[in-house]
Amino acid sequence: MEVTAAPAVPGVEAALAALAPRLAAGATGVCAVRRLSGGASQETWAFETSGGERFILRRAPSATWKSEMSIDLETEAILMQRAGAAGVPSPRVRHVLVPEDGLGKGFIMGFVAGETLGQKILRDPALDAVRPDLARQCGTTMAAIHRIDTSGIVDLKATTARSQVDDLAAAHRAGGWVRPVFDLALRWLQDRCPATVPHPTLVHGDFRNGNLIIGADGIRAVLDWELAHQGDPMEDLGWICVNSWRFGEIDKPVGGFGNREDLFAAYEAAGGTVDPARVRFWQAVGTLRWGIICADSTNRFSRGDDPSIERAVIGRRTSETELDLIDLMTGND
Amino acid sequence: MQDKPDAAAIVATVNAFLRETILPLLSGRAAFDLRVSMNALELVGRELVLSPASDAAEAARLSALLGETGTLEDLNQTLGQRIAAGEIGLETPGLIDHLRATAIEKLAVDQPKYSSYRRALGKK
Repeated sequence: MEVTAAPAVPGVEAALAALAPRLAAGATGVCAVRRLSGGASQETWAFETSGGERFILRRAPSATWKSEMSIDLETEAILMQRAGAAGVPSPRVRHVLVPEDGLGKGFIMGFVAGETLGQKILRDPALDAVRPDLARQCGTTMAAIHRIDTSGIVDLKATTARSQVDDLAAAHRAGGWVRPVFDLALRWLQDRCPATVPHPTLVHGDFRNGNLIIGADGIRAVLDWELAHQGDPMEDLGWICVNSWRFGEIDKPVGGFGNREDLFAAYEAAGGTVDPARVRFWQAVGTLRWGIICADSTNRFSRGDDPSIERAVIGRRTSETELDLIDLMTGND
Repeated sequence: MQDKPDAAAIVATVNAFLRETILPLLSGRAAFDLRVSMNALELVGRELVLSPASDAAEAARLSALLGETGTLEDLNQTLGQRIAAGEIGLETPGLIDHLRATAIEKLAVDQPKYSSYRRALGKK
């Protein structure tokens, strides 16, 4: 997979300036262009039009790059538009990039103010009042996501519990690492795979503390639809309970801010049906998935794909998921 | 090799130098990266101190579980293969105790602040 180098900031700024009049009436240019984050595949930029309106650009600099796991940015834009229409807190998509824009693939959305860092969401005094309500808001929001109509969207991968466990087993074998806990967890998951759901839904795939914009009024936006797919809606409920996203607040299983009872009750009040055993199965799948991502970081570091100290340190977080998997398998979680 | 000061003491001294002398000179990304690096050095220091005893204990448990001897890597590989083949499982006496003890020993080095590690030790 070849990834062309990102154009320098002046190139991005000039391309955004040309788009400015279409983003905001009367705008003649852009300012405060800065890159927020991003790896090899996707970048996030913030900028303002000359009238002071704030925007976010999400893009893949090379038009040819596509990860096997991820959906196209165009599909992500469509999902965010449908999510917004379905009542899911969502930034408004303002422009989907076309080749003539000279910015690669991606889209531009309105800026949403609030906190995204998981640690801060759990500790910022400004969020004290809303924090006890967040698990409930997650349940309501997930129920809305799972009702989104995906007709006409062709590149959403259809998954089942069995197919996802098989994918993890293949990744574990391909990784070549020696981790008996992962072997045991895979057997455990294979033995407990729930039946395929009769009515698969849209699954966000990465709904967790860290991918939500939270303000004093609660969830303002659900971000990062990159891993969206079709499947068992209980997957989203399980993923947000993975201990790695509780940021130390182990006794608050939902994102470190709430409990399952509130999540489940709000999900059902919004029309969904909860199967707690399947939620727990998906929490274990999610824990193993994060463990395999951490273990793969060691490979990427060792091969020299990403020789950064950060990559090395993430590799050494694999043991966190090993203890969490043992706790899940022994009912000690 | 028994020369003094030992590696752990030298790592601790380097880390103190970075924290007290270098970190105040930096800001932004460089300061962030230095903090990550210092945490990594602390991990190395813990490994130097803790791993001789925990590696020996892990090897002894694996030998008892598998009925054979070998390097830590070989023994772990054999255990993983037997679990994958279904010959050893959750109900096998001693397996979970061994895996839990090993995960706890790893976290004592990798991330002693991790929540489930602290819970396993009975700490909040």
